[in-house]
Amino acid sequence: MANKVLMKGNEAIAEAAIRAGCRHYFGYPITPQTEVAAYMAKRMPKVGGTFLQAESEVAAINMVYGVASTGRRVMTSSSSPGISLKQEGISYIAGSDLPCLVVNVQRGGPGLGGIQPSQSDYFQATKGGGHGDYHLIVLAPSSVQEMADMTTLAFELADKYRMPAMLLADGTIGQMMEPVELAEPEEVVFTEKDWAVTGTKMQRKHHIVNSLYLNPEVLEQKNMERFARYAEIEKEEARYESFLMEDAEYCVVAFGIAARVSKNAVVAARKEGIKVGLIRPITLWPFPKEVMAKAADRVKGFVSVELSMGQMIEDVKLSIECRRPVLLCNRTGGMIMSPDEVLNSIRALCGGEAK
Amino acid sequence: MIVFEKPKSLTDKEFHYCPGCPHGIIHRLVAEAIDTLGIEGITIGVAPVGCAVMAYDYFTCDMVEAAHGRAPAMATGIKRSLPENIVFTYQGDGDLASIGMAETVHAATRNENITVIFVNNAIYGMTGGQMAPTSLPGQITQTSPYGRDVKTAGYPVKVAELLSSLDGPEFIARVAVNNVKNVRNAKKVIQKAFENQIQNKGFSLVEVISACPTNWGMTPVNALKWVEDNMIPYYPLGIYKDKSAQKEAENK
Amino acid sequence: MTTQILIAGFGGQGILFAGKFLANKGMLEGRYLSWLPSYGPEMRGGTANCSVVLSDDPVGSPIVNHPDVLIVMNLPSLDKYEDAVVPGGTIFVDSTLIERKVNRQDVKSIYIPATKIAQQNGIPTLANMILLGKVMKETEFVSYQGIEEAVRSVVSAKHADLYELNLKAIRMGYEYQEQ
Repeated sequence: MANKVLMKGNEAIAEAAIRAGCRHYFGYPITPQTEVAAYMAKRMPKVGGTFLQAESEVAAINMVYGVASTGRRVMTSSSSPGISLKQEGISYIAGSDLPCLVVNVQRGGPGLGGIQPSQSDYFQATKGGGHGDYHLIVLAPSSVQEMADMTTLAFELADKYRMPAMLLADGTIGQMMEPVELAEPEEVVFTEKDWAVTGTKMQRKHHIVNSLYLNPEVLEQKNMERFARYAEIEKEEARYESFLMEDAEYCVVAFGIAARVSKNAVVAARKEGIKVGLIRPITLWPFPKEVMAKAADRVKGFVSVELSMGQMIEDVKLSIECRRPVLLCNRTGGMIMSPDEVLNSIRALCGGEAK
Repeated sequence: MIVFEKPKSLTDKEFHYCPGCPHGIIHRLVAEAIDTLGIEGITIGVAPVGCAVMAYDYFTCDMVEAAHGRAPAMATGIKRSLPENIVFTYQGDGDLASIGMAETVHAATRNENITVIFVNNAIYGMTGGQMAPTSLPGQITQTSPYGRDVKTAGYPVKVAELLSSLDGPEFIARVAVNNVKNVRNAKKVIQKAFENQIQNKGFSLVEVISACPTNWGMTPVNALKWVEDNMIPYYPLGIYKDKSAQKEAENK
Repeated sequence: MTTQILIAGFGGQGILFAGKFLANKGMLEGRYLSWLPSYGPEMRGGTANCSVVLSDDPVGSPIVNHPDVLIVMNLPSLDKYEDAVVPGGTIFVDSTLIERKVNRQDVKSIYIPATKIAQQNGIPTLANMILLGKVMKETEFVSYQGIEEAVRSVVSAKHADLYELNLKAIRMGYEYQEQ
């Protein structure tokens, strides 16, 4: 592990973003993501970038909207209540077909909720969040290494598809430290985009960054075009990790920190002779439907493990078209299930208690 | 020979504004400043939500359309990304002084190097004439049908006075476009607000007292008279803050 | 082999720092590891705890529910976590701050008056590191060899003067003999 450094997940996001060529960060303090802002405040001035503590999350996301309009890599980060405030701006950015990165280090909700880890913003992240027809690319890291790697990936996918990407982490992954190997810094090369506002230099017609289409036929067409792009993303970009699924008769589905806990439970269940495996969605949108559907051909049942009242479970059921029972193993409000609780759900599933 | 021409930095698109609406004049003054300073190729404008929502179609420079009230935040992002470019926002009273007050105050206090054109016509025009943060006491609107009652609806926000109390901003002024003399002065002041940005002086806001004949329910001529008789006495014209001029005076 | 360690006490006792030392030590030894703090405003003056997992394989859950090694620096932490320790595990107790003994018979209990030793030696804030010295003496999940490098990686350059003191504290704990 010679090249590894020990870092908090939140810090890994910030460093990876800078290395990915992001030179603009706008944020507002909120637990448990504040280390991202603190790290950026320290580092951005050293690399000639912008760190700005905005007056609110609303202002921060609209500053992101501004930089994104100019075609440069830009990000903001927050935790659940702050992400709710950003939804207006995210909807505008999606509606204007601009790339950017939004990080949500989730905490318990609703309302002010709590500050302990949660995954209860799953619906908000994967089903739109703000008003209108749109999606974000949603990546769910489950280690500090992935916090860094997926930050880079999120920028790349956002640029490729001209849409906002979200890193959907949680307080545990944000606060924990693990050894991490960081990518070599990318040189910041600014390529002129044929849609960005950078000044016409009197050499071209003006560019307009906009999400307003008062003619409903035009707006419908715009949304259709956007969803054609989404269809391509669903085909090309679904990512997941498979763990001990080769001979599995039962399947645990979990992402982020819940997947870490579930892995322990799967290993323990295997020791008891239960043939169980784990599918960990890495992209939550697009949801890895195909691998779930294929698993449903072979396995007898699923357990959806999540830190919410049961949100991802709906996507699991949809993916397998309810062909198999799906149990819910969940904690919420900032509580995290123990591996034993997951193990009990696995036992319940294979004990035929699944309805 | 004097030839009356359309400024180069206005497109050929016909304005959608109501008859007698001063937005056309104010657009023109902004475009004339851009032309005079030769900055069209490097300028990026931020359109608001409100009557000027489609301003992006009228200026030939690059344009973006902000969320309601967020133009100064969006302009901040653009300016931080492209500090060599010129960035202006064009906002109405609901946009700037109600929903976007936080963004306005904080862009000002950061002395963000942008130019803000603030059109104050004391009413929400686009949505059909509701009470604005700048509607005058007693003013009848769709949502103050018995006249603005300051006991329940509070007092109008005096943006120029409010912002000039901050240490941050470079330049705060209030002008009007109700007569030729005032228009000429407005032109000068708007140009200065752009020059300040070129000279990296910082946040420059020009409040332009305007009119809304349609939603005030007046003829254009009567509306301009109402500006003279009611608006300007409540919102006195003048330069409220000019940090550079003040420094110069102190050094003399 | 996987070792799950839980360190718990009051905020301000250097609980998280002690965990960071173990994490860095593990990293220098080429192990897989995770370090997870309790976080939030309740830490200031309230209870603090820190989960460290060291393993030869990639770490699954970073949350320590059943520690192999429990290090406690106040009574509420012993009360709270004693029963969670795996049978055959080890509990390290700062006996200056915790008067009672460990009730469990199926775990190894080790007592050291770390806070008193720290105070007597003019390093009152380093009882945590004295405890760690003792931990390294009594267990083998990290090696005593190479503590210098590990201390260097957790003591920031700003506080370079604390480098020697931390080492001193670890050594005192390691060499401590019950009188």
